[in-house]
Amino acid sequence: MTAEFWVLQTFNGLSYGALLFLLAGGLSLIFGMMRIVNMTHGSYYLLGGYVALTVIGSSGQYALGLLGAAAAIAMIGLGEWNAFLQRLAGQELGQVLTTMGFALIFQDLALVIWGGDPQTIPIPDVLDGSLRLGTLFFPVYRIFIIAVAAAVATVLWLVLERTRVGAMIRATVDDPEMARGVGINVRGISMAVFALGAVLASVAGVVAGGFVGVYPGADFEILPYAFVVVIVGGMGSLKGALVGSLLVGLLDNFGKALFPELSYFTLFAPMAAILAVRPTGLFGRA
Amino acid sequence: MGKRLTLALLAILVAFGLATPFPAPAQKGPIKIGFLAPVTGGAAQVGKDMVNGLSMWLEENNHTIAGRKVELIVEDTQGQPNTALTKLRKLVESDGVQVLAGGLFAHVGYALAPKVDEYRVPMLYPVMAGDDLTQRKPARWVVRNGWTSSQPSHPFGEYAARTLGYKKIVTIGIDYAFGWEVVGGFQKTFEENGGQIIQKLWPPLGTTDFAPYLSQIRRDADAVFALMVAASSLRFPKQYENAGLKARLPLLGGGTTFDEFVLPSLGDEAIGGMSPLIYSAAIDTPINKRFVAEYRRRYGKVPSYYSETCYTTGKWIDQAARAINGDVEDREKFLAALRKVEITDAPRGPIKLDEYGNPVQNIYIRKVEKKDGELWNTVVHTYPAVSQFWKYKPEEFLKQPVYDRNFPPCRYC
Amino acid sequence: MPRRPRASTPLLLGLVVLALAAGAPFLSSFSLALLTQALILAILAMSLDVILGYLGLASLGHAAYLGLGAYAVGILTTRYGAGFWTVLGAGVLLAAAAAALFGLVALRAVGVYFLMITLALGMVVWGLAHRWVTLTQGDNGISGVPRPDPGLPWSVASSLGFFYLSLAAFVLAFAVLAVVVRSPFGKTLVGIRESESRMRTLGYHVWLHKYIGFVIAGAVGGFAGVFWAYYNGFVSPADLELATSVEILLMVALGGRGTLAGPALGALVIVLLENFVSVYTHRWILILGAVYIGTIVYAPEGILGAVRHWTKGDRAWASG
Repeated sequence: MTAEFWVLQTFNGLSYGALLFLLAGGLSLIFGMMRIVNMTHGSYYLLGGYVALTVIGSSGQYALGLLGAAAAIAMIGLGEWNAFLQRLAGQELGQVLTTMGFALIFQDLALVIWGGDPQTIPIPDVLDGSLRLGTLFFPVYRIFIIAVAAAVATVLWLVLERTRVGAMIRATVDDPEMARGVGINVRGISMAVFALGAVLASVAGVVAGGFVGVYPGADFEILPYAFVVVIVGGMGSLKGALVGSLLVGLLDNFGKALFPELSYFTLFAPMAAILAVRPTGLFGRA
Repeated sequence: MGKRLTLALLAILVAFGLATPFPAPAQKGPIKIGFLAPVTGGAAQVGKDMVNGLSMWLEENNHTIAGRKVELIVEDTQGQPNTALTKLRKLVESDGVQVLAGGLFAHVGYALAPKVDEYRVPMLYPVMAGDDLTQRKPARWVVRNGWTSSQPSHPFGEYAARTLGYKKIVTIGIDYAFGWEVVGGFQKTFEENGGQIIQKLWPPLGTTDFAPYLSQIRRDADAVFALMVAASSLRFPKQYENAGLKARLPLLGGGTTFDEFVLPSLGDEAIGGMSPLIYSAAIDTPINKRFVAEYRRRYGKVPSYYSETCYTTGKWIDQAARAINGDVEDREKFLAALRKVEITDAPRGPIKLDEYGNPVQNIYIRKVEKKDGELWNTVVHTYPAVSQFWKYKPEEFLKQPVYDRNFPPCRYC
Repeated sequence: MPRRPRASTPLLLGLVVLALAAGAPFLSSFSLALLTQALILAILAMSLDVILGYLGLASLGHAAYLGLGAYAVGILTTRYGAGFWTVLGAGVLLAAAAAALFGLVALRAVGVYFLMITLALGMVVWGLAHRWVTLTQGDNGISGVPRPDPGLPWSVASSLGFFYLSLAAFVLAFAVLAVVVRSPFGKTLVGIRESESRMRTLGYHVWLHKYIGFVIAGAVGGFAGVFWAYYNGFVSPADLELATSVEILLMVALGGRGTLAGPALGALVIVLLENFVSVYTHRWILILGAVYIGTIVYAPEGILGAVRHWTKGDRAWASG
C-alpha cells in the first residue's frame, strides 16, 4: 500500500461522500423536522437524473438540466407531501408503505417514459478530463462534485444559522408545538423543507448521472446509503449529515479496497456500533 | 363474524383454484412458447432486446412454426432467480407450454436447470451462459443455443498474447459466476501463450463507483481486461478514462463490456476497446446486414447479441419442429430434434451443437470504432467454428474445475 | 385498536386448514406452488406481526431472518449434506441468535429510530450475503438445495407432499404464535404497545418483554426461511433486500396487524396479486405500488379490520 494509494482512496472516498451528502442532507432535514421515513427519496434522485437528461438533450444546457430537474422534482415532492404524507405524521408504517408505493410507481413510470437503457448525462467539457499531479490523476468531475457539495453545505449552514427562516426551521425541528405557539407557519416551513430535500436529491441525481449514469434500479441502489448517512449522522442535523456522508464515503471506499469480502460489513457494522452507543446517531438529539 | 370470514377465505381459495385449471392437453392447438425475460427491474432493456428478437422472427414468419400457429407467452423474471422459478412453474403447469426459452444471468440459468429437468419440457438458453450447464453439470432438457461464458475468452486470450503482444495484464471483473468464467477463460489461454495476469480485481455486481478498484491497478501492466455487465458497462469506460488510465493502458474486455445495447449511450471514451463475442452488429455479411436494417426499422435501435440469439431461437424451434412434422407434443422426439439443429444462415454465422450441447460457432474479435457518428463493434478478426473447449480435448478440459475467482490461480500476482 | 376474535379463531383456522388439506389434491400444481409460497410467507408475516402488531414497532429488517434461515439451509445442505431436522434447528437458532444480538441494539430505540436501526441491521446481513463470497457464493446464490428429508409418513418430493409439509409448518407456527400472543406475556406486549410507561409503573420489566418478543419474531422468521429455501431449491441475496422487508410489512398491514390471521391473509393476497396481475400486464409494478398506497389510504387496519367494520355494520367507516 503506497502513499499514492492512500491519497487516491481518500480523494475517492471524499468525492463519493460529497455525492452522498447532496442526497442525504435533505433527507436528514426532512427527518428532523417531520419524522417522515421517505422511501421515495431514491426516486427523486433517479427522476432528477432522467428529467435533466431530457432537458439537456433538447436544450444542450447543463445548467438548464439542473434547474429543470430541481423544479420538476420539487413539484413531485410537494404533491406527494400535500396529498399523502402530511396526514401520516407519527405513523411510521403508513409512511413506509405509502412512500414505497410511490417509489414503485415512479420506478415503473420511469421505465415507461425513458426506457430501460442505461444512459449518461452529458457533462460540460470543462468538467471532463482529469488534473494531473505527478503520477496521480484527479478527475475534474469528482472535484466538481466536492465543490458543489461544499457550496450546498455552506449555503445551508448560512441559511439555517444566520437567517430568520433558518431560525424558524430550527425552532420547528426542536419543538413544532412551541413553534406553532409563537406564530411560526409550521405547515409552510415543513412544505419548504420537504421541497428542499427533494430538490437536493434531484441535484444529486443529476450530478451522479454524469459519472455513474442514469439507469433503472439506481433508486433502490442508492436509498440504503442515504438512510445510513442519516442514521449515522443523526436525524435533523446538518453537521451530522456532512460528517455521516464523509464517513460513509470513506468507509465504503476503504472497505472495498482493503477488505473486499467484508466490504458492506465494514460499512454497516461500524454504523450499528455507533447506534449501539448513541441510538440517535453522532449528532442527533432524541 | 367467524362465518363471514371463513366464507371470504374460502371464496378466495375457490376463485384461486378455478383461475388456474389443469393444463389442457394441447393436441394440435397452437404451439405455445414460454419465454422468460426481465421485463421490469434493472435489466429491463436487455429483456426488451430479447423479446424483440424472438418477436421479430415470429412476425417475419407469420407466427407459424411447422405449419402450426404459435402462441408466445412472455413472463417477467425481474432478473431474480426466485421469480424466474415461479414463472417457470406458471408457464409449464398453468399454460402448458411445449417449449421454453429465454432467461438472463448465469445464476438464474443454474437455478432453473434442475426444475427444467424435473418438468421434462425442453428449454432453450439463448443468453444464459454458465459454463457448467454444458460441461460438468449438464441438464438433459436444457438446449443451449447461446454460448458459454468462457467460449469467446479462450481465443481472445491467445489473440491478446500473440497478436496484440501483451505480456502483463490486470483483470477487473464483476464478482459472480459469469465474471469468473469470462476472466478465467481469458487467463488460461493468455498465460498458456506466454502472458501473465499480474492482478485480479473483483468489484461486486451493482458497483456504481469503480474508483476504489481503478486506483489499485498496477502500473507495470501492458493492458487491462475488464468484464462489465449491464449498467456497469456504461460507467466503466468513462471512469477508466477519467482516472487517467485510458491514455496509458489499452482497455480489453469481455463481450458484454462493449455490448451493443450500451454502445449508443457511450461516448468517445469507449473507442478502441477490444472484446470477443459470438456476435457483432457490424458483421459484414448480407444476412446480418439485412437483420440489422430490419431490426432497426422495427425497434429503432441496433440489435445486440441478446436480440440476435433470441431471433435465432425462433428459427431454431422452427427447424426442430419441422424435422418432426410439428409433433412437438412428443417431448423426447422434440428434444432430440432440438439437439440436432444446424443453422447455416444465422445473422451471427453458422451454428451447430457439440456433443455436450453447446454451439460451435464463430468468435468475433471486435474493436469499438466510430462510423457516421455511431459506435460500432468492428470485427477485426474471426475465429471460425470455436467450441466451448477451444483447442482442448473435452475429457482433459473437464478435469479442471469450473473457472472461479481463484481458478486459474493468480501465479504472477 | 383491533380486537382479536375470541373462540372463533381456532375454529376458523381449523376450517381453513381442513379445506386446504382436502382441496389440495384437486388443485393444479401451479396453484399448489403458489399456495405453498403463500403459506411460507404467511409464517414470516405472522412473525413480523409479533413486533409490528403486538409491540407496535415497525421493523425494516425482517428479511434478514428469512435470509438467515434460508442461508442455513443453502450452506449446510450443499456443503455438509445436512438433513432436514438439523438444518431446521440450525436455521431457527441462527435467526434467534441474530435477533438476540440485534435486539440489544434496536430496542434502545422506538418509532422512526427503531425503523432506521432495523434497516441498518438488515443491511448488515444483506451485505454479508452479497459479499462474503467464499461462504455464500455472493450474487450467484446457492443452487442445488436438495429436497427435504423429514422422514414423514408421506413423501415431500412432489409439489403436493411439500405443500402438506408447509401446511404443517404453518399450523405449527400459528399455534406457537397463538399461544404466545394469548399468554399473559402476549397481553403484556399489547399493554406495552398501548402505554409503555403505564406498564413500567405497574412493575413490568418492559425491556425484557420487548426483547423476548423480538427474539421470538426472529426465530419464527428463520423458521420460515428454512422452508423458503427448500421451496425454491435456491438461495440468493435478493431474498434479503430492503424491498423484501418492506413487502413483508405490506403483507401484515394489508391483512390486518395485531392479529395472526391478518398477516397470513395479506401474504396470500400479495402472492396471488404478483403472480396473476403480472400475467395480464407488464405494468404490474405500478399496480403493486397502488396497492401499497391504497392499503394505507383505504384500509389502514387491513382487510380484517375492514371486514370487522363491515360485519359490525359500521357504515361510517365505509364512507370515510
